[in-house]
Amino acid sequence: MKPLASRSLMAALAVAFLVVPLFAGTFTVSLLNEIGIGALVALGLVLLTGVGGATSFGQAAFVGIAAYASAWLTTAHGMSPWLGLPFALLLTGLSALAIGMLTLRLGGHFLALSTIAWGLSISMLFGNLDALGRHTGLSGIPPLAIGGWSLMEPRAMYYLVWTVVGLGFLFSRNLLDSRPGRAIRGLRGGATLLASVGADAYRLRLSLFVTAALLAGLAGWLYAHMNRFVSPSPFSVHASIEYLLMAVAGGLGSLAGALVGSGLVLALKNVLQDVLPWLTQRSGQLDSIVFSALFIALLHFARGGLMAFVRRWRRRHGAGRPAPAHAAPARPLPNRAMPARGTPILSVQGAVKRFGGLVAVNDVSFDLGAGEILGLIGPNGAGKSTMFNLLTGTIPMTSGRVRFLDRDVSGMRQLEIARLGLGRTFQHVKLRPHMSLLDNVALGVHARTRPSILRAGLRLDREEERRILHEARRQLDRIGLGDRAHEMAGSLPLGTQRILEIARALASDPFLLVLDEPAAGLRRQEKLALGNLLRRLREEGMTILIVEHDMDFVMNLVDRLVVMNFGSKLVEGAPAAVRADERVQAAYLGGTA
Amino acid sequence: MTWDIALILGIDGLANGAIYLLAGLGLVLIFSVTRVVFVPFGDIAAFAALSLAAFEAGRVPPTIGLVVFLAAAALLTELGSLVRKGEGRRIPRALLLWGGLPLIPCAIAWAAARAGAPAPVQMIASVLLVVPMAPLLARVVFQPIADASVLVLLIVSLALSFLLSGLGLLFFGPEGTRTSPLAVGSLSLGDGVEVGGQVILMVGTAVVLSGLFFLVFERTAMGKSLRATAINRVGARLVGIRPARTALLAYGYASLLAGFIGILIAPVTTMYYDSGFLIGLKAFVAAIIGGLVSYPATALGALAVGVFESFASFWSGALKDAIVFSLLIPVLMARSYMARHHEEEIEEIDQ
Repeated sequence: MKPLASRSLMAALAVAFLVVPLFAGTFTVSLLNEIGIGALVALGLVLLTGVGGATSFGQAAFVGIAAYASAWLTTAHGMSPWLGLPFALLLTGLSALAIGMLTLRLGGHFLALSTIAWGLSISMLFGNLDALGRHTGLSGIPPLAIGGWSLMEPRAMYYLVWTVVGLGFLFSRNLLDSRPGRAIRGLRGGATLLASVGADAYRLRLSLFVTAALLAGLAGWLYAHMNRFVSPSPFSVHASIEYLLMAVAGGLGSLAGALVGSGLVLALKNVLQDVLPWLTQRSGQLDSIVFSALFIALLHFARGGLMAFVRRWRRRHGAGRPAPAHAAPARPLPNRAMPARGTPILSVQGAVKRFGGLVAVNDVSFDLGAGEILGLIGPNGAGKSTMFNLLTGTIPMTSGRVRFLDRDVSGMRQLEIARLGLGRTFQHVKLRPHMSLLDNVALGVHARTRPSILRAGLRLDREEERRILHEARRQLDRIGLGDRAHEMAGSLPLGTQRILEIARALASDPFLLVLDEPAAGLRRQEKLALGNLLRRLREEGMTILIVEHDMDFVMNLVDRLVVMNFGSKLVEGAPAAVRADERVQAAYLGGTA
Repeated sequence: MTWDIALILGIDGLANGAIYLLAGLGLVLIFSVTRVVFVPFGDIAAFAALSLAAFEAGRVPPTIGLVVFLAAAALLTELGSLVRKGEGRRIPRALLLWGGLPLIPCAIAWAAARAGAPAPVQMIASVLLVVPMAPLLARVVFQPIADASVLVLLIVSLALSFLLSGLGLLFFGPEGTRTSPLAVGSLSLGDGVEVGGQVILMVGTAVVLSGLFFLVFERTAMGKSLRATAINRVGARLVGIRPARTALLAYGYASLLAGFIGILIAPVTTMYYDSGFLIGLKAFVAAIIGGLVSYPATALGALAVGVFESFASFWSGALKDAIVFSLLIPVLMARSYMARHHEEEIEEIDQ
């Protein structure tokens, strides 16, 4: 869609938003308020589940915590509902922080199962605490008021609800288009990918979890003062599933999905409540049956939700993504000074890794000086990849030492080592296929800049964002992909994807580049280009360690080789000497040693 | 708390644990073979209990209608997939398998209810009646998306559980029921502490059934094919084991276990249409202690959950469920620290 068309659509929506309450009946306005509140919760789920990949079956519990918090403060202590807002958000945020810290290290389905557990427990708690009115709940909650103007009427509440919804969407959109947002979009790529650019997946998930809970908290606060009555049942696991249904029905892949989904589900619910009593007396149960069946059908046939259809339709009709804004000039990010050629960069001493009884790496030592390309080669199963994982900190060493730039990094976490200046690529390419080339490379800049979720959401990060994108563009130009910056990374051929990973690693401004089989799957022409790129980097003072299978590629490129066999170091030396070595030939060709 | 009370609570916990043991075995079986976290397990157990209650009240169990309904849905799904694949000649077999087979227990149950059969026959009929349920549900709901990620399967499973409890309300109504005890009398342990016959029966059944379960797994070809599929799906397929068929087998076994649970629990707890959800979830706590893969650890977990629950209900009856679920948090934390680090790829969503 062209920017102009997009802007006029936004203007039309804004006008529609303002005039709807003038024409619609009270019932419709109340329904719209409910939809807005549902959309806020679903928005959190789109961020958490859709973007971040962590499923929550407990979101309604956060709505409940906020609703009860504000209800209790205003009824038991007679405080203003406006004081209830910070109190509700504080309590929701702290609960989310505590729950998140306990559970977010869990993987996939264990995490999801744990959300059922706390989701249930919290809603049971509401029904059993005397201070919260047990199963009867709390009533007589004061309505919101601005000055002397009470927001008791649905029409008055409408403007508040939808302003909050609008701000919530704006915040989320800003967030996704920023440094923390890129990392959050990277979460589905796995913790190792993020650690390789110095980002902490656990902390990102935690802050995302709290953000989603706070959106639910806002919804809860609005709910309490709109309905002026709270009881446990709207915050049960059933309700959580309904919020998840909204997010899935609208489409977990886009923010607008939250709004669309909330509208769909609540409108359908209303229709069902009108229609079902005509069919049966037990209509109350039927609508839960219909919703569950609908949810299952959605997951069977349209997992992308309604917005996936919209996207496909727009793509087919030529309306692609908006044309990227022209690169704004920005101050380049500071670069680290490269050490003088020959300074020791990496030193591995007596590295050992045992997996149970298997010794994968057995007492391997080697050194690497600045400005050098070292090749680590060996036949299949020689322990190259394990060695690679040991020195990047991906797996812990059984014994031995790794020094990187005069610091002992053995026992450090991968992301700490990455932050010290070690950039890496992956044997099985880890790119984010639905992110542009530019965004993928900008992910590499993560650890060099600071903007937080709050600053990104409030758009206080634009100066740094320009510098990040500037740096990412520079690296793309360096590898010759500058003119394809806005294509999706998933559309590139494998060879180009490997090169793109190198650009991402370079964007972190590393001292040492560690490449895991960069030539695997590349065509001849691509290998030549890769070799030239690596030589150029060496001239610029970069130190490179390359783990490779392809002998020709390595022999013509590296300064020195370390050959591994059966977990031990076999030979170390210049390529020609290694090629002539009988032990190496025996190891590769299986001759008599 | 005195020792007497502790002992009584412990015995009570043992009875709870027996239930969770059986449920946990069923859940682990289904998860290891199909990767489905089968939340509706508890609902099926509840339906068995409600069926027995209907028999006792001299009514035809509404479960029959439910099973016929599910069989019709499964038959339609199967026919649809056969027609799409152009395998028309397999239609008669499908009619027999999906349309005919599930009706046999329905016919038995109907006859038993009409003839006013004695209690043991009622119990057998109640168990048989729910056996087709999990396989039928699996055919309609899980088989078409068997390759989806564990998380998608989990969401579907949870939605299915709510669907079933909705159907439960529709078919059974909101009233709670309790059946007459299976075993009377009690065993005295001295000091006034007595163990009820029902408790002995529950624990005994759990021990016998899990022993049988173990034998089937270790000694029969069927059990071995289940284990093979659980260990390596592709490998099992390569040696000629059909994953869809083993999956149905696993669901069938699990359903059978759920049926027994329903019969055992019906006399001691007032069962409602939605009582199954919490039973299933507590069994999950046990199964998660076993990492959803280990049977022995699940058995220990089930006992722990049972005893923990019974002590929790002593401290706070209203909050006992919340207390049991919070047990999950230290368990999960321990698991996440013990688990070997492995990278999991999360399914990409349609963009």
